[in-house]
Amino acid sequence: MGMPVILEIADPAEKKVFDEIFSYLKFVDRKFSIYKARSEITLINKGKLKIKDSSKDMKTIFQLAEEKRQETSGYFDIYYYGNYDPSGLVKGWVISNVAKKLANKRFKNFYVNVGGDIAVSGKNKQGKPWTIGIRDPFNKDEIVKVVVLRNGGVATSGNYIRGDHIYNPKNNHKIDDIASLTVIGPDIFQADCFATAAFAMGKDGINFIENLANYEGYMIDSKGIATMTSGFEEYVFE
Amino acid sequence: MIKKIILSVSVIVAFIFYAVYQKSGGLEIRKIGESTPLTSPQETPSVPKHVNGLKDGFYTEDVADALYGNVQVKAVVSGGKITDVEFLQYPSDRQTSIEINSQAMPILKQEAIQTQSAQVDTVSGASATSAAFKESLKSALDQAKS
Repeated sequence: MGMPVILEIADPAEKKVFDEIFSYLKFVDRKFSIYKARSEITLINKGKLKIKDSSKDMKTIFQLAEEKRQETSGYFDIYYYGNYDPSGLVKGWVISNVAKKLANKRFKNFYVNVGGDIAVSGKNKQGKPWTIGIRDPFNKDEIVKVVVLRNGGVATSGNYIRGDHIYNPKNNHKIDDIASLTVIGPDIFQADCFATAAFAMGKDGINFIENLANYEGYMIDSKGIATMTSGFEEYVFE
Repeated sequence: MIKKIILSVSVIVAFIFYAVYQKSGGLEIRKIGESTPLTSPQETPSVPKHVNGLKDGFYTEDVADALYGNVQVKAVVSGGKITDVEFLQYPSDRQTSIEINSQAMPILKQEAIQTQSAQVDTVSGASATSAAFKESLKSALDQAKS
């Protein structure tokens, strides 16, 4: 995936847990990275492998992608520029899987951050709920909001660091009226998909999040004005 | 929604022209306080009969607007001329139909973003730089070991 990964476990944990998790992440990357010449997704894009003959994980991803595409009226779509690029969906899915693996191993207090999308559980080493900063889209070294979350996910879509890697699938225009859109909710996979889809809608994206039960959003426009959904302030750290 | 507005405005404008025509000798217009019509319904004068002879006062006409129900219009006459036209009554269901059709979103709170100085455990945003990642990873591993 080429994304930076940060895993912090507040419970006592041996090194091998980290090794296992990172090993899993590398495995997923080999399968889903469109930048790898022999990844499963590249083979599919080159027509050398049919989706129906692909691995269970790959089929799951394509099925999830289709569900999300319909749920968001096409604003979430992994097919563009003639290729499938499921990385927007894989990221949330992988983070969710890591969180489940850790929960299965009886860890209660951790977070996993993959490329700025985060799943959290429990509390930090100081015994306080995890605090999450929302990055300033105009200054990567600063944060502009602090939210606190016990269990769930925070996902941010933006185009300010990796260039315009999100565009509107409805009209192929690059998104430039909003700089970032953060979604908070009980499930990182859902939050990630919704953040991606909402970002593609431009300024209407925050209304899309407002209409979702259980998910809140914080949208920053190109002028530095933030719009938040009506339940967002419950997450803000005072 | 736009079509309904244009249509209803057209109806109201059409009524105004209609009302003006009536005052110049068309169909019945009721004057408030009077039970007899101002002009005879059968009269269709070639020259507007009452343009200069309109008594000062105000006149009402009920118009049935198919879209929004009855609208009552008050025409104010002064110096023999219509000086003002007022809409007296919007049926309450008209407001409702506007609300239903406007698909109004709740007004969402806005603020200018401000740099926060608080320390946080982690940051959400589009991909962090690799330098930050390495540092954070090392720190996480160190914490896990301790």
